[in-house]
Amino acid sequence: MSENMINVPTMAELAAKGVTPEILFWVGCAGSFDERAKSITAAFVKILNKLSVNFAVLGTEESCTGEPAKRAGNEFLFQVQAVSNIEVMNAYGIKKIVTACPHCFNTIKNEYPELGGNYEVLHHSEFLQQLINEGKIKLQGGGEFKGKKITYHDSCYLGRSNNIYEAPRKVLEILDAELVEMKRSRTKGLCCGAGGAQMFKEPEPGFKDINIERTEEAIGTGAKVIAAACPFCMTMLSDGVKNKEKESEIKVYDIAELIAKYEGL
Amino acid sequence: MEFLPQVIFLLLLSASGFFITKSILRIRRNILLGRDLNRYDKPGERLKMMVLVALGQKKMFKRPLPAILHLFVYVGFIIINIEVLEIIIDGLFGTHRIFAPIFRGLYPSLINIFEFLAISVLVSCAIFLVRRNIIKVKRFDGEEMKRWPKLDANIILSIEIFLMICFLSMNTSDGILQTRGSEHYIATGDFFFTSFLKPLFNGLDNSELIFIERFGWWAHIIGILAFAMYVFTDSKHLHIFIAFPNTYFSKLDPAGRLSNMPEVTKEVKLMLNLPVETGNDNAAPGRFGAKDVQDLTWKNLMEAYSCTECGRCTSQCPANLTGKKLSPRKIMMDTRDRLEEVGRNIEANGKDHQDGKSLLGDYITVEEIMACTTCNACVEACPVNIDPVSIIVQLRRFKIMEESQAPASWNGMFSNIENNFAPWKFSPSDRLNWVQKLNQ
Repeated sequence: MSENMINVPTMAELAAKGVTPEILFWVGCAGSFDERAKSITAAFVKILNKLSVNFAVLGTEESCTGEPAKRAGNEFLFQVQAVSNIEVMNAYGIKKIVTACPHCFNTIKNEYPELGGNYEVLHHSEFLQQLINEGKIKLQGGGEFKGKKITYHDSCYLGRSNNIYEAPRKVLEILDAELVEMKRSRTKGLCCGAGGAQMFKEPEPGFKDINIERTEEAIGTGAKVIAAACPFCMTMLSDGVKNKEKESEIKVYDIAELIAKYEGL
Repeated sequence: MEFLPQVIFLLLLSASGFFITKSILRIRRNILLGRDLNRYDKPGERLKMMVLVALGQKKMFKRPLPAILHLFVYVGFIIINIEVLEIIIDGLFGTHRIFAPIFRGLYPSLINIFEFLAISVLVSCAIFLVRRNIIKVKRFDGEEMKRWPKLDANIILSIEIFLMICFLSMNTSDGILQTRGSEHYIATGDFFFTSFLKPLFNGLDNSELIFIERFGWWAHIIGILAFAMYVFTDSKHLHIFIAFPNTYFSKLDPAGRLSNMPEVTKEVKLMLNLPVETGNDNAAPGRFGAKDVQDLTWKNLMEAYSCTECGRCTSQCPANLTGKKLSPRKIMMDTRDRLEEVGRNIEANGKDHQDGKSLLGDYITVEEIMACTTCNACVEACPVNIDPVSIIVQLRRFKIMEESQAPASWNGMFSNIENNFAPWKFSPSDRLNWVQKLNQ
């Protein structure tokens, strides 16, 4: 193991040493298994590591929050997952959770408390904004995104579901890029099409796929970067850009990836 | 014979009062068919919500033009009711413009305000008719907007225009009769707006004017009483009243929070060998999720009665925008139609009557509820805080938990979560493999 290797401690390892980290980074299933979303996870961990944030992950003790099952109507499976996860997290005495997935975020923050899971839950956009506010991530000037057009796609589970509209935009401001808004943004943001467990089935019959409708709107802004803050939106928008054969000119990045690139990580 | 008009007036007033009371009780009974839900906490926050959203029309102003026109009709409706109070007193006691001697010099100003509002209401309603029938604004169209809903909207707007014409022609002829010193028509001072209409009626003699004035008076008040009864029958116009309790009992949690089913929690904890809170064990386990209106909460049912069919929800729905069958407005309208049907069944055949029909299946199809992305665009768009997603998820719960009928790929997702603890088929032991990405 070289000295540059980034170490990702698990809760179990730290507990064995009698250490409790400040933050649990909830990686989520997409962040753990989806090829594209794994890069988001890596980018976020690089930032945490650079800023010496005291964190750990659950590793193989992490399990699906049950969110897609709940939205699909399988409340039983959801609660089995939720209650089991809460047992694990409470056993470790977890107080604060950060996650890069708005679906995990919404479920742990809003639906776990009633089942016995009470934590301070932050989405990584809020956490990154805090780091910026604390001066830990600084505007340096320059950078590869300076002056470039970036458009931010609101995730439903951050925006309308939890009223988080400004944090991801504040994070993007540090890139010194030109932020352009789609016509449907913030409270009127159009869904990427993946929520409500649609991610896990074919769309119902219609004349268009939702992600194509949204991607066309994003491309219409003239932006060369579409910024997302959700692994499901990432999949839907990346597929949309591919469908439009624009993948060589337009990139879809998560806000954590943009910050990591900006920081040269 | 002298008191005949007063007797007729009293009879009309009592009959409409009786009918409206009966209707309110019927609607209340129907809403209470729904399952229990605690929305009685945080009265201060709820009151604030009601004041902002219902009274203050906060969410209407996302679309300024219809908001302003709607505001005219809404303020007109409330303020002109002061005039109706005068009409009712005059009607019962055989007086004429009883407020005139009370308000004296202020009376014409008061009437001027009413007249201004009456003209605003008239113009706004005319523009609304044009938007619906000539410009054909897209959100007023749709599968669920054929026949009755379309007619209902046009009836409401036409009645409002008719009422305002009655009111204005009553004042115009009254104004002329006043200047001619006609008996009974006490001089109150000029009414500003209808004085411009006087040339239209100037050629008429006193008896004709009295006929128009009396016709306007009676038609206006009978029209209002009839309209009030109409509102409580099967009309979307009920929103003018029920929007207030509906916003008061709004969901105050973040929109993204779906309720957890407590009956499931107990089962899950028993299964996982966790301590279970005892008590309330006597309640028979009901159906999981919702198949029919009685399985929904009373708030869902109140929302169905609050819907004005404006279509803001459907016009923002990503599924609907891309041609899927789902229309959140239709979900609400179907819920109301089915609830009314269940209510009629109860009246005709008693409380336990089963007609073999249900909300899911006979009204709402599986294809519709399967198209929802739970994005909350409809909830955000609704001017009176209706939550169609809540109904959709409860219908899904029935389909999945009671009938085990999920799309095959959802069943795959469920079994992956059960067996691999992720919605995709990956080995749980590989969950930390992303770490390799870090050091690439």
